[in-house]
Amino acid sequence: MFAYIIRRTFAALVLLLVVSAVTFGIFYLLPRLAGETTDQLAAQYIGKNPSPEAVAAIKQNLGFDQPIYVQYWHFLKGLVSGAEYKFGPDAATCHVPCFGYSFKNHMEVWPQISSRIPVTFSLAIGAAVLWLISGVATGVVSALKPKSIFDRLSMGIALAGVSLPIFFTGALLLTLFSYQWPIFDNLQYVNFTDDPLMWARNLVLPWISLAFLYSALYARLTRAGMLETMSEDYIRTARAKGLVERKVIVRHGLRSALTPIVTIFGMDLGLLLGGALITEQVFSLQGVGFYAVSAISDNDLPRILGVTLVAAFFVVICNLLVDLLYAAVDPRVRLS
Amino acid sequence: MTDSQSATIPAPAPASDREPLLRVTGLTKHFPITKGLLRRQTGAVRAVDGIDFTVNAGETLGVVGESGCGKSTMGRLVTRLAEPTGGTIEFEGKDITHLGVGAMRPLRRDIQMIFQDPYSSLNPRHTVGTIVGAPFRLQKVQTEHGVKRAVQDLLELCGLSPEHYNRYPHEFSGGQRQRIGIARALALKPKMIVADEPVSALDVSIQAQVVNLLDDLQQELGLTYLIIAHDLSVVRHVSDRVAVMYLGKIVEIADRDSLYRAPMHPYTNALMSAVPVPDPRRKERRERILLTGDVPSPINPPSGCRFRTRCWKAQDICASQEPPLVTAATGHQVACHFPENQPTPEATPEATPE
Amino acid sequence: MTDLAKPAGEHFLSVRDLRIHFDTDDGLVRSVDGVSFDLERGKTLGIVGESGSGKSVTSLGIMGLHRSKRARIAGEIWLDGEELVGADPDRVRQLRGRTMAMIFQDPLTAMHPYYTVGQQIVEAYRVHHPQAKKREARTRAIEMLDRVGIPQPDRRVDDYPHQFSGGMRQRAMIAMALVNDPSLLIADEPTTALDVTVQAQILDLIRDLQQEFGSAVIIITHDLGVVAELADDILVMYGGKPVERGPAATLFEAPEHPYTWGLLGSMPRLDRELQERLVPVKGTPPSLINVPSGCAFHPRCPYAQLTGGRSSSELPVLTEAAPRHHAACHLPSAERHRIFTEEIAPRL
Repeated sequence: MFAYIIRRTFAALVLLLVVSAVTFGIFYLLPRLAGETTDQLAAQYIGKNPSPEAVAAIKQNLGFDQPIYVQYWHFLKGLVSGAEYKFGPDAATCHVPCFGYSFKNHMEVWPQISSRIPVTFSLAIGAAVLWLISGVATGVVSALKPKSIFDRLSMGIALAGVSLPIFFTGALLLTLFSYQWPIFDNLQYVNFTDDPLMWARNLVLPWISLAFLYSALYARLTRAGMLETMSEDYIRTARAKGLVERKVIVRHGLRSALTPIVTIFGMDLGLLLGGALITEQVFSLQGVGFYAVSAISDNDLPRILGVTLVAAFFVVICNLLVDLLYAAVDPRVRLS
Repeated sequence: MTDSQSATIPAPAPASDREPLLRVTGLTKHFPITKGLLRRQTGAVRAVDGIDFTVNAGETLGVVGESGCGKSTMGRLVTRLAEPTGGTIEFEGKDITHLGVGAMRPLRRDIQMIFQDPYSSLNPRHTVGTIVGAPFRLQKVQTEHGVKRAVQDLLELCGLSPEHYNRYPHEFSGGQRQRIGIARALALKPKMIVADEPVSALDVSIQAQVVNLLDDLQQELGLTYLIIAHDLSVVRHVSDRVAVMYLGKIVEIADRDSLYRAPMHPYTNALMSAVPVPDPRRKERRERILLTGDVPSPINPPSGCRFRTRCWKAQDICASQEPPLVTAATGHQVACHFPENQPTPEATPEATPE
Repeated sequence: MTDLAKPAGEHFLSVRDLRIHFDTDDGLVRSVDGVSFDLERGKTLGIVGESGSGKSVTSLGIMGLHRSKRARIAGEIWLDGEELVGADPDRVRQLRGRTMAMIFQDPLTAMHPYYTVGQQIVEAYRVHHPQAKKREARTRAIEMLDRVGIPQPDRRVDDYPHQFSGGMRQRAMIAMALVNDPSLLIADEPTTALDVTVQAQILDLIRDLQQEFGSAVIIITHDLGVVAELADDILVMYGGKPVERGPAATLFEAPEHPYTWGLLGSMPRLDRELQERLVPVKGTPPSLINVPSGCAFHPRCPYAQLTGGRSSSELPVLTEAAPRHHAACHLPSAERHRIFTEEIAPRL
C-alpha cells in the first residue's frame, strides 16, 4: 500500500511536469514556430508604440533572447525558488511560486490567482456537495424502481439538466430570483470567515445552476451503475442471507456502484477547481475562471500559463486523491 | 531474435511416418511479477515450466489438468498466440518458436484454434457467413466456387444448415455456436487443431454432439488434434494419447487405454478417483483418494517434485530431487520417484531420460 | 419421501405444482411449470437438468429470491408446516439465511469483493442474531471457517474473497450459509466452477455437514455424477417440467424417461468400458416461450412416433412406473422397459 501511494504521487509529479512543459511549449514555442519574433513578444509588455530600446531591454530582462529550454528552466526555477526581474531601473522580486508577470497589469501572476482561489473553491465545493447528494439519491431511487413514474420523471429532468447550458439556467435563475422576486439580490462574494450566512446566501444561485447540470449527469450515472450492481451475484447472496432490502441496497449495492462515480467526481471537481468559467461569468464571481477568461481576452501569456498550470494542478491532485481513495475502497486494487 | 531460417533445417529425417507433426521441447512460459517502487521483477509465474511432448499426424493428444496447471497457456504457446520464454516448438520439422507475426501467417493456415466460450469468441456484429469466411479473406485464398459456396459447404460439414449463412451468432444456441467456431477453424483445411476446453461450456446432451462432430471431422479430414480439457472422461473419449499436467509440468503422458487402466503418477490416480460417477452404488464401494489442500502457487512451486506437498507417498527424496519424465516399462512416461501400478516390483524399468 | 399422497404440510419441505412464469417483451417465459416434490430432514434431493430446464429458478422460488416484478408464482411451497408462496415477504426474508440457506455456483462473484470473508459471515449471523455482539459473531465466524476446513481460520477470517482459492471460497460460502444452522440447504451447482479434486472435497464436506447437522439438502446440478454422489432422490427436469422423479438407486439403474436415457448416453463415463461413440440427444433444448406442445421432449425423442401422436398433442403427467419412481412419458411402461433393456442399457 505504501509503495502504491509513493508510486502514484511520483507519477502525479511527473504528469505535472509534463503538463507544464507542454503548456509552456504551446505558449512560448508555438508562436515562435508560427513566425512571431521575440521582439513582438517583448513588445506586448510595453503597450502602444514601443521604442526599440525598451523592447530590447525587456527581451533581455525576461530572457526572451535565450533558447526556449533555458527559458523553461528559468520558469521552473521561478516556480520553486522565485525569481528577480528588472523592469527598467527598478528590480522586482517575483515570489515563490513565480508564474511571472502579467503583460498587461505588470503584477505578479500568482497572488492574483491565489486571491481568487477561495471564490472558486466555495463555488465548486458547495455545488459538488449539492449535486453529489441529489444526483446519487435520484439515481438510486430511479434504479430501484425502473420505469416507475419517479424514474421517468427524474430521468426526464436529468435529460433537461444535461442538455441545458449553464448560461441559460444561470441567467434564468438570476432573472427569477434576483430581479423578478429579489430573494437573492445584490449577489457579491463574501468570505466564509467573515459572514458564513451571507457567504452561503450569495452562492446559492450559482450552486444550484452548476449542480443542476452535474446532478443530472450523476443521476444518470448512478442509475446505470446501480442497475448493473443490483444484478450481481453477490446481491443475490446478500438477499439469501435474509438482509432487509434497505441494507442490501446500501451496504452491498451502493457501495460498489459508488466506486466509478467517485472516479468521475474527482475529475469533475478537479476541473471545476481550475475555474468554473461560465458560472463565474454569469454570476460575476471573481474566481479563477473569471480571471482565466480575462487573461485569454487580454492575450496575456503569463496569466494564461499560470491559470492553466493551476487548473492542471487541481486536476492532477484530485485524480491522485481518487486513486488513493479507490485503493482504500476496493481491496483488489491494493494487491494488484 | 528470429533466427528461424537457420534453425529450420532438421536432421534429414527419413520419411518415416513417426516424424511428429508437432514437437515441443523444454517449452517454458514465465510471466514476470514486479514489485515495489521501481517495479523490479521479483519473481515469475511459472505457468509452463519445461515441458516436452510430440503430437503425431492424425492422432489426438489430450491434455488434462486442473486450473492453473498451465494447460491453456501451453495451448496459446503452441499456436503462438503467446511468446514462449524458452524451449522450442517445431511444426513439421520447422522451428516456429519465435516466428514473428508475418512469418507465422502462412502457418496460421495449418494450425487453428477452437475456444471454450462459444458466446464470446464470435463477433456478435458479424454474420455467420462473415465469421466463417474471414479466414479466406485474411489469407487471400481463392476458392473454386467463391467464398460463399465454400462457407456453406463448411457449415454443412459441421452440421449446420447453409441457410444459416446470413444469420447472427446470437440467433444460435451454445452448441450451434461451437459448430460455427469449428467451421471457422476448418476453413483453410488446417493440419492441426488446438482446442481449449471445446465442450466444457456446453450442456451435457450438446457436449456429446460436439464430441462426435470432432470425431467425424478427424476421420474425414485426417486432422490432428491437441485437445486441452479439465474433464477426464471427455479427454478419455477423444484422445489417442493423454498428457497430465500439474503446476506447469507434464507429470505423466501415455497411451490413452493404459493411462486410464493403470495410471502411474499419484496425481493422475487422485484425479481419476475424484471424478464423480453416475452410479450411486459405487460411491459406497470405491476407495477415493481425497487430496488435501490446494494446488500450490506457480510463483513459488515446491522444490523437487511439485506434487509432493499433496502426495501421500512423498518421501525426503521428493523434496530434494525433481523426478524426470522417464519412460517406464509400461510405455508410460511418468515423472515420479514412486510410481504406482508398476508392472512387477522387481522389474523396475531402467530410467531412460526422455 | 415422494409420497405426494400425504398432505403437503406433513413433510419438512413440500413443493406442489410450483409454477414460476416471467413476463418478458418476447412473451411469457414458463421457467418452472408444475414441479412437485417432498423432502425430509437429513435427506438429499438432486435436481438435474440442463440450462433452461428450470432447476435453478425452482430453488430461487423456494428461497423467495425469484424476485422480479414480472414474475408470477403459483402453487404451494410448505416449509416445516408453513406455506411460503402467499406468505408475507418479510416473513420469508426472516426464514432466509436462518431456516433455509443457499450456496451458489461461482463463489468469486457470489461474495462481495469489498468486504472480508469474516465481515460477510458476521453479517449473515447478525441478521438473525441482532442482539449478538460483534466479537461473539466473529468468534462464530472463525468457528465456522474452521468447521468447513479452512486452515488458520483466525487469520483467514480477515482476508478478502479474492485472496482465497476457488475451493476455499466455496468452503467460506458454505460456512456463511451454515452459520445459522439452517434446516434446509440449497446448493445450486456448488462444484461446477471447481476442479475435480476440489469438487470431491466439497461434495465430501457437504455430506459430512449434512450428517452432522441433519439438514435437508437440495443439490442442483447438470452433472449426473455429482447427484449420484450425494442424492437420495432425484428429480430430472426438462423445459421447466419434471420428467422423472425417483430414488437415486433405481433412477440410475432403471431410468424410465427417454430424456434421462439421453443424458446418460451423452456422458462419457470413466467407470465403463470406452464406447466407440457417444449417443447424444439430437437437437437443442426447447425455448421456454414456445414450449413444444404435448411432451416438451417429443421433438428430440427418438421414440416419439411410438406414442401414436399423443406425444405432440397431450401433456404427459408423472405416473408411478416403479415403487416411488415416477416418469412423465406416454410410452407404455412395458414398452419403455423393453427399449431400455434391449437398446439403452447395452450401450451405457
